[in-house]
Amino acid sequence: MYLHEAHAKDLLTRHGIPVPGGHIARSPPQAADHARTLGGAVAVKALIHAGGRGLAGGVRMARTPDEARDHAAAMLGTDLVTAQTRSRGETIHEVYIERALDFTRSLYLSVIIDQRRAVPTLLAAAEGGTALEENAAAAPAMIQKYPLAADGSHNPAALAAFLDMLGVPDRNAGAVLGVVESLVRAFIDSDATLIEVNPLALMEDGTATAIDAKIILDGNALFRHPDLAALGDTARADASETLAQANEINFVRMDGEIGLVVNGAGLGLATHDMVIEAGGRPANFMDIRTMASAKQIATGIGLLLDEPGVRVLLVNVHGGGMTTCDRISDALALAMEGRDRPVPVIFRVAGQNAAEARAAAEALPVPCTIPADMTEAVRLAVAEAGDGP
Amino acid sequence: MPILIAPDARILVQGMTGRAGSFYTRLAMDYGTGETGGYVAGVTPGKGGGTHLGLPVFDTVAGAQAETAPTASIIMAPAPVAAAAMLEAIEAAIPTVVCVTERVPVLDMVRVRDALRGSETALVGPNSQGILVPGARKIGVMSTADAAPGGIGIAARSASLTSEVVARLSAAGLGQSTTVGIGGDPIHGIGFARCLALFRDDPDTKAVILIGELGGVQEEEAADFLAAEPYGKPVVALLVGRHAPQDRRMGHAGTVSVLGSGSIAQKIALLESTGVRIALTPDHVVRVLAA
Repeated sequence: MYLHEAHAKDLLTRHGIPVPGGHIARSPPQAADHARTLGGAVAVKALIHAGGRGLAGGVRMARTPDEARDHAAAMLGTDLVTAQTRSRGETIHEVYIERALDFTRSLYLSVIIDQRRAVPTLLAAAEGGTALEENAAAAPAMIQKYPLAADGSHNPAALAAFLDMLGVPDRNAGAVLGVVESLVRAFIDSDATLIEVNPLALMEDGTATAIDAKIILDGNALFRHPDLAALGDTARADASETLAQANEINFVRMDGEIGLVVNGAGLGLATHDMVIEAGGRPANFMDIRTMASAKQIATGIGLLLDEPGVRVLLVNVHGGGMTTCDRISDALALAMEGRDRPVPVIFRVAGQNAAEARAAAEALPVPCTIPADMTEAVRLAVAEAGDGP
Repeated sequence: MPILIAPDARILVQGMTGRAGSFYTRLAMDYGTGETGGYVAGVTPGKGGGTHLGLPVFDTVAGAQAETAPTASIIMAPAPVAAAAMLEAIEAAIPTVVCVTERVPVLDMVRVRDALRGSETALVGPNSQGILVPGARKIGVMSTADAAPGGIGIAARSASLTSEVVARLSAAGLGQSTTVGIGGDPIHGIGFARCLALFRDDPDTKAVILIGELGGVQEEEAADFLAAEPYGKPVVALLVGRHAPQDRRMGHAGTVSVLGSGSIAQKIALLESTGVRIALTPDHVVRVLAA
């Protein structure tokens, strides 16, 4: 679960990490009021659930309350597309009005799980900033890593030496060490999968302040953190994706013509690859989870039938365990009840109860084709979908 | 010989008495050879002393171990207590532990991996379909309809694709020695490299299929292993996620690359450089293997 910047900074503050201080604004006048209260220059920042805002116009500097109001007016209600959002971007419903600080030196810091070693690891770079992701992708060596113990514990002297190697000025050394230790504690205590501070400003007076913060929490551990779970990222989630999740289906809405009905993440990815490489455009990604009932699967299929742009359903299911193939044909029949628009179905199933399911699918009130294999299924679906919009 | 479990393995179920636990235990008992398919006991805290599906139920792994001498355990406990179940099985030094539970917190798995350091236990999973020795033992929740005994070893990050590949292999007359679901989570037990080592040392396994996808470091670790010395058996990799939607990709490629996880294109190139043959769809696996 991605925390937007204001929530991320609340969490850092609770762990004693200095932040510039700011307020959430939902309207241009409110942005001006907050700027006036803070005094001096402010940053107007889009509160979305993705990074990459700085390079995409999602962070703007304002010297006066009037400028803050104008920036907020230009940003609120628009869709911000960054390198880390999906292609249609995310609507800006709130902006964060934050005190702007002057600084010349900064660091990039993050805590993340190193999958090879299976331990939390501190990543750091000598110069933070908006271009770090892009620069690091080209030159990974600019980011240094420091592995921690499984419980986040570490040797303070060794950690101090690591920070010294990064070129942290002596005047800020104590403050940076304090921030790092608090970040690690916040990571462990809140079951995060990523905490990133970029940049951490190294102030002239020896302090260190988190200018931007990104926190991703482990969605599977939210049962331990009801206070954090309540922050939610419902503003970001697509309504259809939320409904699908509640019905044991992982679903990502896209804008193509081929509705995919698939079980399992791996088969879902494989189907996606095959459709795109055959020249088609998926309307969605779907991974029906093992526990989903026919009624729940029907809800997921209904989301596709509701989309006027969906011209064909491509079923690609391997039946086994609790998800038998006939559960999918039952779900299709349920989903089509009371619908007027006949969406043709390419029905490719294998595994448990495949023969029964094929017979049931052929009795559906829509054209249904049973292909020989996955490759043919994809080819037929792409042909049925036509040449796009 | 299969890998990870013997054909006569004695199996314990942690979390047998729930709805899913009962459903899958019954299927696995029916599948395996012998009267109970190799299953010897269940563990559910608070339900010790009774029986379920004809097997004795114990409160603890140690209790079950003392009376039934299991050589493997399958964990189907709910996610909030799955790590505790894994730690209990590791503490009892059960040789092979499979966890099928989905949605286990990542930091719980960091603690489990810490407990595995210096342990003899081989952990498979979590979020794994388990281990299948066709015709002998099922320690998992996978489809078995199309599995057949034979000489192909499979290690996979995806249960659904394993079923697809197994069906195509069997249809082509190629049975399987063992199929292993290493699990789909970022932090898990044994990986591709360990499976490759075990399959190499198993005389009955003639070729190996890896089923990987975008994200993580499994394909990179497999490539490291295969580059170190000649493997001596054909290895085919089915790699998917070449066109994954944005939400399924890592949103911070720069930092992740520092930790050794490459793009799917990099994974393909890396494995190809070690002599692995790449299959791009499940429909191609048999053809690539025969080539």
